[in-house]
Amino acid sequence: MATTHTHTNIDVHHHDDHEHEHHEGNFWTNYIFSQDHKVIAKQFLITGIFWALFGGALSVIFRLQLGFPDMTLEWLRPLLGGWITPEGKIDPEFYLALVTMHGTIMVFFVLTAGLSGTFSNFLIPLQIGARDMASGFMNMLSYWFFFLSSVVMLSSFFIETGPAGGGWTVYPPLSALPQAIQGSGLGMTLWLVAMALFIVSTLLGGINYITTIINMRTRGMSFTRMPLTIWAFFFTAIIGLLSFPVLFAAALLLIFDRSFGTSFFLSDIYIGGEALANVGGSPILFQHLFWFLGHPEVYIVLLPALGITSEIIATNSRKPIFGYKAMIGSMLFIAILSFIVWAHHMFVTGMNPFLGSIFMLLTLIIAVPSAVKIFNYVTTLWKGNIRFTSAMLFSIGLVSFFLTGGITGIFLGNSAIDIQLHDTYFVVAHFHLVMGSASFFGMLAGIYHWFPKFFGRMMNERLGYIHFWLTFVGVYMVFFPMHYIGIAGFPRRYYSWTNFDTFSGFTDLNTLVSVAAILTLSAQFIFLFNFFYSIFRGRKASANPWKSTTLEWTTPRNPGHGNWPGEIPAVYRWPYDYSKPGAKDDFIPQTIPFSETPESNLPHENELIKLETTGDGAIVVEGNKH
Amino acid sequence: MTTLIVVLGVALVLVILYLIFKISNLVSVAKAKTSDDEVDSSNGVHALLFILFMVFGLGGFFWYSYAHFDSYTLPIASEHGAWTDTLFWITMAVTVVAFTIISIIKFVFLYQYQHKEGRKAKFYPDNHYLELAWTIIPALVLALLVFTGLRAWNDITSPASENAEVVEVIAQQFAWTVRYPGKDNVLGDYHYQKIDAINEFGLDLSDNKSFDDFKSLELHIPKGKEVLMKIRAKDVLHSVFLPHFRVKMDAVPGMPTQFKFIATKTTSEMRDELGNPEFNYELACTEICGKGHFSMKMSVVVDTPEDFEKWKTGQEAWLKQNPDYLKNVPAGLRESAMIKAGISVESGVTYLEGVKAAAVGSN
Repeated sequence: MATTHTHTNIDVHHHDDHEHEHHEGNFWTNYIFSQDHKVIAKQFLITGIFWALFGGALSVIFRLQLGFPDMTLEWLRPLLGGWITPEGKIDPEFYLALVTMHGTIMVFFVLTAGLSGTFSNFLIPLQIGARDMASGFMNMLSYWFFFLSSVVMLSSFFIETGPAGGGWTVYPPLSALPQAIQGSGLGMTLWLVAMALFIVSTLLGGINYITTIINMRTRGMSFTRMPLTIWAFFFTAIIGLLSFPVLFAAALLLIFDRSFGTSFFLSDIYIGGEALANVGGSPILFQHLFWFLGHPEVYIVLLPALGITSEIIATNSRKPIFGYKAMIGSMLFIAILSFIVWAHHMFVTGMNPFLGSIFMLLTLIIAVPSAVKIFNYVTTLWKGNIRFTSAMLFSIGLVSFFLTGGITGIFLGNSAIDIQLHDTYFVVAHFHLVMGSASFFGMLAGIYHWFPKFFGRMMNERLGYIHFWLTFVGVYMVFFPMHYIGIAGFPRRYYSWTNFDTFSGFTDLNTLVSVAAILTLSAQFIFLFNFFYSIFRGRKASANPWKSTTLEWTTPRNPGHGNWPGEIPAVYRWPYDYSKPGAKDDFIPQTIPFSETPESNLPHENELIKLETTGDGAIVVEGNKH
Repeated sequence: MTTLIVVLGVALVLVILYLIFKISNLVSVAKAKTSDDEVDSSNGVHALLFILFMVFGLGGFFWYSYAHFDSYTLPIASEHGAWTDTLFWITMAVTVVAFTIISIIKFVFLYQYQHKEGRKAKFYPDNHYLELAWTIIPALVLALLVFTGLRAWNDITSPASENAEVVEVIAQQFAWTVRYPGKDNVLGDYHYQKIDAINEFGLDLSDNKSFDDFKSLELHIPKGKEVLMKIRAKDVLHSVFLPHFRVKMDAVPGMPTQFKFIATKTTSEMRDELGNPEFNYELACTEICGKGHFSMKMSVVVDTPEDFEKWKTGQEAWLKQNPDYLKNVPAGLRESAMIKAGISVESGVTYLEGVKAAAVGSN
């Protein structure tokens, strides 16, 4: 940090990968083992995009099996080899491995690392006015632990027994006993090792985000002047810091059960013709530990997306976000509640039914702040002057998914109704919309919105529109029909339903879902083309292409190491002064002092002018914003 | 041939996309669009598309939900199922109303407040009354739903009555078996280390309650009588799912679970109701358990109470089917074991003598 402070003046107006006089960067230090938060963010982004495609492709393979049960998949043999049975079908155990890895990859590698890793790294220093993260070195480690974790996870696809296959929740005893399913052999070991590395990466990143936000805000950037993105990243990092270690503990105990003969989660098991010696363990204990992370994880995935869209919707509606404080409050409330609702995933696991009542109550409370967020988004649109940029379209998509998927949570959070719906496609529809698609759209919105800052160029908007409409309609076509399939009772993680008369219907809907899934995945290639083409050939971006108020748009087109040539700008106002009555433009950047805008100041803001001149505005302004 | 068509189709789409991309690039160059001042000409198109999306989306949702109601709703065959389904539909009504209103407002706003040159958005940072209102109203509605749900949940999970019909469902990869308590109406003890290829239940034959227990490969239950289903698993997690009875409970190795319910329609009544003489109730597994998860099925038969009793008395005790295991019964209990299991004295004695003789012979 200290080094960056000292010589940022030198490389004014320079191109992005300029070097510092003291440590001459070479290719390795600039692009590979870089400690610059922007480069690390890009590393997370590219890795995240790779995993998103990989995870998406896995889902298309198993959707082929579900949507076209009679189709021969012989043509996949060159790719999957022995995982295609002699009859040209996917091996049922490999099907489970696909489902497991799709979940693991999407939840952790794409929507945690790819989303938080990218945007927390990129935006925190830029939006709070810092030269870099508190610890650039830890930040670099965070990425490389993630990379290592990715390599280990990916390698499990290339071993004979295949990747882990016990579901992304890896419930023991299935995940503990190789004799129960092939994937619980080496594949599960690799899964656990990869997740352990992943947790290390998340914690290194999270500590950095929290420290940076608390300590390195620029002059005038009080907490109440932080953009909602930063608030969201802040809460996300705290949630992650408190919950991931619990998953680490669970993984560790599972490793002990698997390899060292302990019985934390195993008891009274007779399998493969022999009774195991393990007694006294509890599989339910693992579920408690898993969901103690697993539920907060939902918000680790979702909150950054909500933060990103809050910013984008305000900017493109040309209006302040409605209820700034209520948005922060609801995020805080969600963050707290996210720790005390985990057992709603376990209503019918045999857990004490009294616990079920408590968790049902707490779960439905969490719907209130979520509802507040939706209402606030909609009110932000009211009387706006809406520009449908690609980023805005994806943000609207997020609000739509958050509503559609959130509402079904009210069914599932009700333990009495959950009895029937638990582990059916209704659940699949619910979480794919509210957590998967919503967060994914938040991520895409963020990419479209901050692409000019990432790469100094614009993405092609028209391709962005096509990408949006195909994906938006596609996602609904994939997940909306699943509600019906779920109400009809179809269990999830079924390789085929033909064994049951009860579940023999809906071949039409299942085919529709699969076709939509293939189209939706194909549409992502439009994005990929747009993304990589625009990095090199896109139209050059202006300094502030969206006419946004936040600090990152005061940096040069391609900010160098240290972000601002010269002094870091000070902040004088909140980030949502859009369309302020009396103002000349429809936005006033955070860096404009109230003394320069007497025509638009609100009464209490006029009083702040005095403080600006004394230069200690940063200290006194706490809590002044209505 | 089909492959060729698919490949050509994909290629065509790619070419079209590339052309759109090229043309839009050229147009923006021709218009000399270097700044971002003007809003894209397609802005109004998106606003309109959102309205179309709303109309077709909501229209499709209501149409399908109404027209295909019978195909996605399962008939109910249990008492608490009627209750939880009512809760489900109440919640559905409340949420669909909220969903529809919010969706319409949102999409209409998107259309109405699309960018217009020269208009300035309204600076409207907050309104505490509004925010308070939409915090409190959802909270009240949710509280109502919670309390109705809690009552149902507490009732469903309350202890079963004394005279409930007890059955035990045992899960293993990838099959179900059922154990009935026999004439004494009490299930005998079991221990997982006593499980072997034949003694699938792990029956503890030193417990005299176990002698008359019998096994079934179909789950028979009486109509109109409370059934207490005890559930356990031998190897990994499974989950008992009786879709028509709205019953679901995990089977956990090392931790027996249970679920009580009352069936309201016999199999033949349900066949008449559905007009499907082939209909059978089914039990499915809903917790991922391995390769055969998707095929873990058992037939369920709901009988009238009379038929159920008749069926029960027609079943042979497990011990009678496997008299070899008499040797595991402590000597003092053998006689009562033979009586309870319905093994005739002659055959039992012959059998045991045979065992003894074999033992002597091998010495």
